[in-house]
Amino acid sequence: MSNAAIAVDRRRVTWTPFLFLAPALAVTTAIVVYPVIQTIWLSFSNYVIYAPDDQRFVGLANFRTMLGDEVFWISLWHSAIWIVGVVSLQFLLGLATALLLNQSFWWRGLARALVVIPWALPSVIIGLMWTWMYDFNTGVINDALIRLGLLSGPVAWLARPDTALYAIMLALIWQGFPFFAVTILSGLQTVPAELYEAAEVDGATRWQKLTKVTLPSIADVIATALLLRTIWVANSLDVILVTTGGGPGYATHTLPLYAFLRAYSGMEFGYGAALALVLTVILFAAVFIYVRRASGEAAR
Amino acid sequence: MIDRRSRLARIAQVEIPILAIIGFALAPYLWMILTSIKPARELAEWPVHYLPREATLDHYRELITRTSFAGNLSNSLIIACGAALAGLAVSIPAGYAFSRFRFGGRRLLMTGFLAINMFPIVLLIIPLFLLMRALGLLDTYLGVIAGHSTFAIPFAIWMLTSYFNTIPRELDEAATIDGASRLQAIRLIILPLVLPGVATAGIYIFITSWNEYLFAMMLSGEAVRTVTVALQLFIGEFTIQWGLLTAGGTLIALPVTLLFLLVQKRLVGGLTAGAVKS
Repeated sequence: MSNAAIAVDRRRVTWTPFLFLAPALAVTTAIVVYPVIQTIWLSFSNYVIYAPDDQRFVGLANFRTMLGDEVFWISLWHSAIWIVGVVSLQFLLGLATALLLNQSFWWRGLARALVVIPWALPSVIIGLMWTWMYDFNTGVINDALIRLGLLSGPVAWLARPDTALYAIMLALIWQGFPFFAVTILSGLQTVPAELYEAAEVDGATRWQKLTKVTLPSIADVIATALLLRTIWVANSLDVILVTTGGGPGYATHTLPLYAFLRAYSGMEFGYGAALALVLTVILFAAVFIYVRRASGEAAR
Repeated sequence: MIDRRSRLARIAQVEIPILAIIGFALAPYLWMILTSIKPARELAEWPVHYLPREATLDHYRELITRTSFAGNLSNSLIIACGAALAGLAVSIPAGYAFSRFRFGGRRLLMTGFLAINMFPIVLLIIPLFLLMRALGLLDTYLGVIAGHSTFAIPFAIWMLTSYFNTIPRELDEAATIDGASRLQAIRLIILPLVLPGVATAGIYIFITSWNEYLFAMMLSGEAVRTVTVALQLFIGEFTIQWGLLTAGGTLIALPVTLLFLLVQKRLVGGLTAGAVKS
């Protein structure tokens, strides 16, 4: 083959993958990249949808407003409670489920299939189911707690500022723990049996096997699952929107919900975009720090 | 793991706890179904009577005949199928490219597609609404399908890349040696082998699109309203008619539950492959 032919061939090889990628890249640019850039632009403007002609560049004004916006700080605090509470309890319940499902018993296949069901359900249905179960007048949760003697009278779980956020968190924990269960379970199945045999020869107790063999072996899987789940939980707002809409008062406002409400109900797209951008920046900063630390630990 | 526990110990330490967890996982679902088949007067009882004394399908009948729910079901079906087909059409070639070629920017692009899943929906939803309004695509099937593609495409690319990776490259090479062009090799050898993976990714997109609420609410009006948006509106409209609402919830949840159980094994494999391998 002559040199020219090789050059042509090489160019063909470098361009072919982009031909295959072109549709995906074009669509993604149109519906993801362009909107994100526009959000950044909107966050520096005072765009209000019913008065689009008044749109002006306002610099950092939206972000300055945020600093003095009490609801922003309330929402940020609720987001922190929300993320830590939901992710950690989903993880613990998911880990326990995975460890149990990794044992052998005759209906294990059925158990593995059934436990994932909450994860497949739409958030509107989850909101609906739990609103109905929390119902003040005829809800099954009040009924069961009164029968068990844990409550003396019904509680309006979703209408009380001190219980509403935690009540919704329980629904989210319920929905998301199967994700941890299946992810951790698939990690557990890669742990070689020899490790357990060796530990047993050394006389390890069951607890020692868990903390010294199992958990270190699946540390990477757990870390990745925690990261994905944290991002997802931090962004999720639809179950809150369906159950309480952010109320009573601001009791169930989280940052993404507040951004959405300001944009959707308030029609203040500029301020809503600024709130969404702050959420994204905080999340990406957290991910960045996390990945840096994780790769630092891996290098050691 | 070697299990030295006796049968009785295993029941107490494994089977009973797992039964409790599955009870927790299924109870809200079962409660929804039970509610939907109880007559209205039984739903108003206090203390609650758990099992229906007289089961009835009245709520389902009322839902289909008196509300727009049947039309919403067909809207959801069209949008979810559309999202699956559109998503696969662009994701199959992309997944093939990431699996079979090594080129400059490959890692960057793969990371980029992964990172899209991290963007908060609220970040996309505001400008996407403005974009669809400018294009006149609000309240059209295409508009909602485009909205759902924002998350469907990145996920499908991720899954399909790992499915393509499971097919040995020697097969491509053998086909090329036999005189097949690249497109022939893809069509005759690779695609048939990756078909179960393609079906799984398609069903996954279908499920997420069917379940989705925020994009559908922002981008659809009365003409293409999906079931999730309709149900949420019913919650406001028929506040205390829990029989009707749970009947709607059951009709929305059952098809996705069945589909999910059908593809579950492969789906979980595809979704967790990234997490497990890294």
